[in-house]
Amino acid sequence: MIPSAFDYHVATDVADAEAHLRDGGDDAKVLAGGMSLIPLMKTRLVEPGLLVDIGKLDELRYVRVHDERLHIGALTRHADLATNAVVRENLPLLAKVAAEVGDAQVRARGTIGGVISHADSAGDYCTVAIMLDAEIVTTRRRILAADFFLDFMTTPLEPDELVTEVIFPVEKGPSEYLKFRRRRTDWAMVGLGVQRKSDGALRVGLTNVASRAIRGTAAEVAVGEGGDAARAAAALADEVRPTGDAAVPAEYKKALVRVLAERALRGLGLS
Amino acid sequence: MTSTDSLVKEVVHIEVNGVVRAETVEPRMLLVHFLRDRLGLTGTHIGCDTSQCGACTVLLDGEAVKSCTLFAVQANGRKITTVEGLAERDTLHPVQQAFHEKHGLQCGYCTPGFIMSTVSLLDKNPRPNDEEILAGLEGNICRCTGYVNIVSAVKAAADTMAAGDGRDSS
Repeated sequence: MIPSAFDYHVATDVADAEAHLRDGGDDAKVLAGGMSLIPLMKTRLVEPGLLVDIGKLDELRYVRVHDERLHIGALTRHADLATNAVVRENLPLLAKVAAEVGDAQVRARGTIGGVISHADSAGDYCTVAIMLDAEIVTTRRRILAADFFLDFMTTPLEPDELVTEVIFPVEKGPSEYLKFRRRRTDWAMVGLGVQRKSDGALRVGLTNVASRAIRGTAAEVAVGEGGDAARAAAALADEVRPTGDAAVPAEYKKALVRVLAERALRGLGLS
Repeated sequence: MTSTDSLVKEVVHIEVNGVVRAETVEPRMLLVHFLRDRLGLTGTHIGCDTSQCGACTVLLDGEAVKSCTLFAVQANGRKITTVEGLAERDTLHPVQQAFHEKHGLQCGYCTPGFIMSTVSLLDKNPRPNDEEILAGLEGNICRCTGYVNIVSAVKAAADTMAAGDGRDSS
């Protein structure tokens, strides 16, 4: 499958990328790892007239901890996040999630900034960002995750605005991320993350249940009120209104939410 | 712009199997087409063409990637290794030799991709256990074998390379 023809520019720095995106307007797209964009272009669901390749901007590849927050450069790849010692120590949940994105070849190319910008409701990092109140740093502003993932593949990003960094809180406590899928490399039919925060609060996030990543507040509240894993899981399944599709009906997603929530919460030591 | 426009061209310099190739390409040319159609390196196969099956796997600066999901222009200035670049004259790479000896294939269509992924896997983890092998090769699909002989081949290659008669895997 061959994409439509396009102009191609290799950005020399962030300002250069912005300038070319501005010139290209709505017809321009950012190319990072390309693991979502290139398949969409091959099927011609997306036909940009200009690709601005930011793949050579090594200044956007970093992981550092500053003021109890984990700062991750947008071009940091899944393979880097999965193995990075700083990530594994300061936010083990993110390393675990990164290790199970796609397959080895995809993890060698795909980036966290790409997943966040793409904002697919099945994008696992989006769920971690929503759960933990991450901040998305762009070339213009900082946006809270809750204000960033607006709908399926919909964000407040302007056509010439680039995600440069994602900031997570440091959370070293118990966590789990479960994906239910038929094959190891598939997107999750339903994904569910749990994190016990350093202040003792529980956070729950859901992947591919709504048109965007969402918090599992019913489970958080139930556990806060002393409910056990089964009760919290039932409350969560009751709360969610999944969007079903041909492969995974809504009722099945609901059942998966309950099963995965109970499993994950038990994994955290709840009775 | 429509799909028939092909006025835009880029000059790329890509080192393929140790030789720098300078070519003028359309930005939309996929790396797998560059390798097969432009350079005649047809050892890299196109299976699903949707980034799933791994038949098109090559090494980009030593790391396994899917060449159906990479534009040739993205490889500009970088090193690509294909299955044709592994053997030294008549001496097969230890991974090729192991797939041959353990019969890690049936129809063989997926084999170049499996071999390139195995080279990349053993570079990162020289002595993988069964679970690590299956996880490491999760991006490659074989519809014939059931993977048993493939896992045997990877282990045999790891043994050969650890014994010191293997060559540098990159």
